[in-house]
Amino acid sequence: MKFAARLAAPVAALALAGLTACAPQTSDNSSSAEDEKTGTLRVWLFQEVSSEPKEKVVDKVVAAFEKAHDGAKVKVEYIPVETRAQRIKAAFNDPKSAPDVIEYGNTDTAGYVKDGGLADVTADFNAWSEAKDSDPTAKTSVTVDGKIYGAPFFVGVRALYYRTDVFEELGLEVPESLDELAATAKQIRAAKPDLYGLVVGGAYTYGAMPFVWANGGEIAEGKGGSYASTIDSAAAQKGITAYTSLFGDDNCPAAKCASMGGNDTVTAFAAGKAGMAIGGDFSHSAVEAGKVKGKYAVVPLPGVKSGSVAPAFAGGNNIGVLKSTTHRTLAVDLMKRLASKQTQGELFDAMGFLPTYTDVRGEAAKEEPFIKPFVTTLTSGTKFVPASPAWAQIDASLVLPTMFQEVVSGKKDVAEASKDAAAQMNDAFSSAG
Amino acid sequence: MLGGLLVYPIYQLGLISLLEYTQAQVSGGEPTTFQGFANYAELFADPEFWRVLLATVVFAAACVVSTLAVGCALAVLLTRVRALPRLALMLAALGAWATPAITGSTVWLLLFDPDFGPVNRILGLGDHSWTYGRYSAFFLVLLEVVWCSFPFVMVTVYAGIRSVPSEVLEAAALDGASQWRIWRSVLAPMIRPILVVVTIQSVIWDFKVFTQIYVMTNGGGIARQNLVLNVYAYQKAFASAQYSLGSAIGVVMLLILLAVTLVYLRLLRRQGEEL
Repeated sequence: MKFAARLAAPVAALALAGLTACAPQTSDNSSSAEDEKTGTLRVWLFQEVSSEPKEKVVDKVVAAFEKAHDGAKVKVEYIPVETRAQRIKAAFNDPKSAPDVIEYGNTDTAGYVKDGGLADVTADFNAWSEAKDSDPTAKTSVTVDGKIYGAPFFVGVRALYYRTDVFEELGLEVPESLDELAATAKQIRAAKPDLYGLVVGGAYTYGAMPFVWANGGEIAEGKGGSYASTIDSAAAQKGITAYTSLFGDDNCPAAKCASMGGNDTVTAFAAGKAGMAIGGDFSHSAVEAGKVKGKYAVVPLPGVKSGSVAPAFAGGNNIGVLKSTTHRTLAVDLMKRLASKQTQGELFDAMGFLPTYTDVRGEAAKEEPFIKPFVTTLTSGTKFVPASPAWAQIDASLVLPTMFQEVVSGKKDVAEASKDAAAQMNDAFSSAG
Repeated sequence: MLGGLLVYPIYQLGLISLLEYTQAQVSGGEPTTFQGFANYAELFADPEFWRVLLATVVFAAACVVSTLAVGCALAVLLTRVRALPRLALMLAALGAWATPAITGSTVWLLLFDPDFGPVNRILGLGDHSWTYGRYSAFFLVLLEVVWCSFPFVMVTVYAGIRSVPSEVLEAAALDGASQWRIWRSVLAPMIRPILVVVTIQSVIWDFKVFTQIYVMTNGGGIARQNLVLNVYAYQKAFASAQYSLGSAIGVVMLLILLAVTLVYLRLLRRQGEEL
C-alpha cells in the first residue's frame, strides 16, 4: 500500500510531463527564404597554434568585402579546433545563433551535409572562374552525391621526415621503397637504441593508411550512398601487416607506440627521439621549434616499388555556407573571397597552408623549397576518406585505430582485426545510408 | 517541483532511447522516428556491450571493496592515534578528496609515466608502460579511484565509530578481543547503517566512473580494452552523435543501479535491520 502511494506521485508527474513535452527537440534547419543584402555576417574560422598571421590575411579580405558591399558587416570568430564538433553541432541545432560562413575539416563534409547544415553551392561554384584550377582531390572533398557544398580552403599531406645527421653518421641512404624504409628504421634503432627508428602510432590513422593504399588496399569502395568496406581485402591486409610490423622492440616498442597518435609521433621526432617520422606540411613549424631544427629533411613517403610515392591522405579544410543563413548571396561571395587564389597565396606566405589551386601551389613551391616533397606527394596522387555521412561516426568510434591497436598489441591477427573493422564500418555505412 | 526536476530528465532519457535520434534529427536534417526497442536490441546484440558491461561490473566491485577496506582501516587507525598524526592524516585525506578528478588522474598518470615517472625509477622498472596491459591499466585506474574516494568512507566511518560509546569498546578490549575481532563483532554491527550508506554510495560512484578512465587510458585504452559503460555511452552519444543509443545505455545503467540498490536494501531488511 505504502509502496503504491509512493509510486503514484512520479507516475502522475510522468503523465503530466508526457502531456506537456511529447518529443525531444528538433530544430528547423530548412534553408532560409530570406536573402538580405545588408546586415552582419558571422564567420567561424579555426584557431591556429599562432593565429595572428591568419587573422591579418582574413582582416584584409574582410575589409575588401565590406568595401564592395555597402551596409554589410562581417564578424569573424576564431574557434578552437578541439571543440569544433560541439560548436558546429550546436550551430546546426540553433540556426538563430549560427554563423553564416564556416571553416570545416574536409572529412566532416558528408556528415555536415547529412545533418542538414551546409548549403548547396553547386551553381555558384561552377560559375566561379577560379574554381576550374582547383585540384581534383580538393574538389572531391567538397562534393557529396555530385553536389558541391563549399570551397576548398587549403590542403594538407604527410611525408617522411628524417634526421640528416643520423643518416650521415650511420651512412644510410634515404629509403626508396616501403621495404627499405622498414629496414632503415631497424638499422637506426639497432645502432642507436635510445631512438625510435621510424616513430609510428597505433592511433595514427592517416600515418598508417598510406601503407594500405601503397599496397593497393582501400578503406571502402562504392559510389553515392552505398559504400562497402574493403579494409579486409588481401591487398589491404598486406598494408596493415607492413605498418603493424613496425611496432616492436626493433623499431618502436608496442608498449609505448601503440597508444600514440599523429601529434605524439611528431612531438617525439621534434624532441630528437626518432630517426624518422611521418609528418604533415602543417607539422613543419612544430619540428622547426624542436631540438632537431636544421638537422632534418623531408622526402615523399616511398611506395611499394622502388622510387614510387605512397598515396597520401589529402587532408585540409574547406569554407562553407550554412543553410540557415539569411544572407545567402553575401555569404557565398565572402566564401569565394576567403577561398580565392589571392587569399590562399597570402595564407601560404603567412601560415604555410598548401593552396588548393594547382597553379598557385606551383608558384609557392618555387618560392619555398621546403614544401616541394609535399607538392610532389600531392601530384603523385592522393586518397580521401569515403564521402559518406557514416565516416564521421566511423572516425569518432575509432574503428581504424582500434584495428591497428588490436594487431599491434597481439589481441587479434591481421585477418581477424580487419574483418571486424570491416564489419563495423559496414554497419555504420548501412545505418547512415 | 522536486518530482519534475528528478523525473523529467529520466523521462527524456527513456524517450530518446526509443527514438532514432542522431545529429541529423537534432538539427532537422531528417525527421525523428519512433523505433520501439530497436536501440536496445542493437545494444544487446553487440558483443562489445556485454564485454564492457562485464568489465564495468568487475572493475566497480574491485573498486568498492578496495575503497571500503582502505577507508575503514584508516578510520579505525584514526581513532587509535594521537591528535597530531590524526590531524595530518585527516588533512592528507581531505586533500585527496578535494582534488578534482581530472587533476588527480593526470598526476597519477605522471607518477607512473614510462619516461619521466618516479614510480618506475624507484621500482627500477626502466620504461615499463603501465597503461599498455589491460589489467595493469585497470589497476592503475583503480589506485586513483580508491585514492580519491576513500576519504569519504574514512571520514563517515570515523564519525560513526566516534558515536559508539567508549565503554563498549573498553569492555571488548578488557575481554581480550583483538583489533579485528572488535571491528567485526562490535564496531561493524553498531555502525551498520553508516556502512550501508557508504557502500551504496561507492557502488553508485564506481559503477559510473568516467573521468579517471577517460583521462588515464586516453578514452578507453589501447584497442578499447579499458572501456567502462559510462565512457562507452559517451562515445556512442557524443563522439559519434548516436544520442538514442547513448540514452539506451544510460537507461540500462540506471536500471542496474536501481536493482543493485534495491536488492541490497532488501537483504538488509530481511536480516531485521531498519535503516
